[in-house]
Amino acid sequence: MCESCGCGDPEIVPVEVKESILAANDHEAAHNREHFDDAGVLALNIMGSPGSGKTALLEATAACVGAERLAAVSGDLATERDAERLGRVGIRSRAITTGQSCHLDARLIHRSLHGFSLDGVEIFFIENVGNLVCPAIYDLGQAANVVVISVTEGHDKPLKYPVMFRKADLVVLSKVDLLPHLPDFDVPTFVEYLGLVMPAVAWLPVSATRGDGMQDWADWLHALRRTHSDQTRVEHALHHDHDHDHGRGHDHGHGHGGDA
Amino acid sequence: MHELSIIQSLVDRVEQEVLKAGARSVKRLEVRVGELSGVEPELLSLAWEAFREAGVCAGASLSIEVVATRWSCPRCSLDVPPGTRLRCRVCDVPATLAEGGEIILQRVELEVPDV
Repeated sequence: MCESCGCGDPEIVPVEVKESILAANDHEAAHNREHFDDAGVLALNIMGSPGSGKTALLEATAACVGAERLAAVSGDLATERDAERLGRVGIRSRAITTGQSCHLDARLIHRSLHGFSLDGVEIFFIENVGNLVCPAIYDLGQAANVVVISVTEGHDKPLKYPVMFRKADLVVLSKVDLLPHLPDFDVPTFVEYLGLVMPAVAWLPVSATRGDGMQDWADWLHALRRTHSDQTRVEHALHHDHDHDHGRGHDHGHGHGGDA
Repeated sequence: MHELSIIQSLVDRVEQEVLKAGARSVKRLEVRVGELSGVEPELLSLAWEAFREAGVCAGASLSIEVVATRWSCPRCSLDVPPGTRLRCRVCDVPATLAEGGEIILQRVELEVPDV
């Protein structure tokens, strides 16, 4: 008999769960993904260290892509400054103040989308909290991950933060206008290091202040938006065929973006 | 440190199993954490010690299995050694992470009253 309630001795029952600890987040992320896909919006998760130039990149994007086609949420520990900066250049934006939390999660994105009109929006930026570690493990429902790293951070960052760079679909090397002042930053070495942690190396040198590489960045965005919406259309069509052939439920198990 | 929020998710998940089984408490948990998952096993243990004090997990032990990184070719399945260029040297396509990215609740051992 156990002492507390008088029942018999407890039986030890093993349960094989074998499920991702982040399954609840992934479920919510799948919801967000459906929401973005239904609205025909390309959602991007923009990650990088504090001060790497994430906000500056988005500000400059407004000028070369057109602010009216963009929307954003900005995650920050304490202030709404980044969202305000984006608002000033005409990007429809909202702040997500995370308090002590070092990353955004799918639930925070979901909440921020309530009452957020995506009419006319083509690209939705999720500017994550400045951090090269934590944000990498949370799927938010994005179509792709962009990691921004500035030349002042040093060319060995990919080796130091392999988890982050493994998740990147594109790496933006920012502040390249400063390269003449940074003889220690060796671009070919940086690219070689990227290849050791990022299977499909894709990177762009950019200076948001001087405009270098901004057209390439805009082209990358447009190309990705086209392929992503084609992909979404095909997947939806396949789902429907599936429904008719086998009478299965309409579950959106999209595989893209975030795989942990 | 996101390990605290991982533990929060873990406890939430375990509590579901506790309810389902009508268990009184949790004896032991097994998790699998990949080397490239972004979760630090030591920090996870620390977060566990800090967090489990209250609730059904109070007396439970956490066993963490670290899963080594394994990259392989999606086409021919050949292994691509970590620390080298992450492309298949035969097919010249980007490697995929076969193991080492997981953050998995593998198993729970529950104490269920024998009635």
